[in-house]
Amino acid sequence: MRHRYTTTAISLHWLIAIGIAGTFSLGLYMHELPLSPTKLQLYSWHKWAGVSLFALIVVRLLWRATHAAPPLPAQMPALQRLAANATHWALYALMVAVPLSGWLMSSAKGFQTVWFGVLPLPDLVAKDAALGDLLQDVHEALNLTMLGLVLLHAAAALKHHFIDRDDVLTRMLPALERNE
Amino acid sequence: MHSLRRTLASLGATLALAALAAPAGAAGFATVDHASSRIGFGYTQMGVGMDGSFGKFTAALAFDPARPEQGRAALELKLASIDAGSAEANDEVRGKDWFNTAAFPLARFESSRIKSLGEGRLQLDGKLTIKGKTHAISAPVTYKVDGRRASFDGTFTIKRSDYAIGEGQWADVGIVADEIRIDFHIVAGQ
Repeated sequence: MRHRYTTTAISLHWLIAIGIAGTFSLGLYMHELPLSPTKLQLYSWHKWAGVSLFALIVVRLLWRATHAAPPLPAQMPALQRLAANATHWALYALMVAVPLSGWLMSSAKGFQTVWFGVLPLPDLVAKDAALGDLLQDVHEALNLTMLGLVLLHAAAALKHHFIDRDDVLTRMLPALERNE
Repeated sequence: MHSLRRTLASLGATLALAALAAPAGAAGFATVDHASSRIGFGYTQMGVGMDGSFGKFTAALAFDPARPEQGRAALELKLASIDAGSAEANDEVRGKDWFNTAAFPLARFESSRIKSLGEGRLQLDGKLTIKGKTHAISAPVTYKVDGRRASFDGTFTIKRSDYAIGEGQWADVGIVADEIRIDFHIVAGQ
């Protein structure tokens, strides 16, 4: 029997995956640049992307809360199920925490976030240089944790597909479904 | 008058300021309280409003509410004392492309005309010099007299491109806007 996530869940997953990869790479690149108009522009783009992703993630969580995920393969050991569930929920938590920490960091550093230069987000914390530095470390640590979990997540999906030969990857990537 | 003289001395004997001593009458305000005064600015960067201020400036004025048209005002501002929001930004704007404070340490303002608009409102005209470039500016000012002290609040907008503030790669006004709003709050005693 074939199981799949809903088309909406699949679309949100891949859209957010591409968005996170791009925004993460941009963040990694831009923060080493010397101050320049380009740097200011990239920071703004990074923040716009982060807010957009945050909005998509909220939609995704609402969708996930109201639509059950397809069941895991029956033969999966309990420990693996636990690991899979823990990784998924940790990734959901990080997808909320990473943009949130970036938003708070921006406010603490005195740079308000204005989505696409049009919609100002409220500053949830006042300008505070020490808090800004702390939140920068938090943003970085959360990102590195997320990078580790994303790599684990991708490795597990590939292991399921090529070694276990089950439907764990194809239910999120139907294009790879085997014709049996 | 002693404190005015001290103020003048600290400014160096610029012609503009030396001329101030004359019209200060008995009811005039001529002693600027620098600790209570503030010079700030605002601009937008990629649509995001940013604020800053200058820590060190010396203002001199002579203003008699009974004869506002005879008033004078002058200001020297130490550009390196800028607070543009972060240490990185402060270092950048002191540099060659922005204020080039090594070559042009001071911004200067000198009034040319004060016009009374009635009810505590003035129009202040004068010349602003930054980075060797001088342009006329005009600012609406409101003032309040409270016993022996008076406060003056005004705001005006300059184009940074007029003063070559932000050259080279920063000349593009699409990222850091051309319009810079200057706000001042000057408190003076008699």
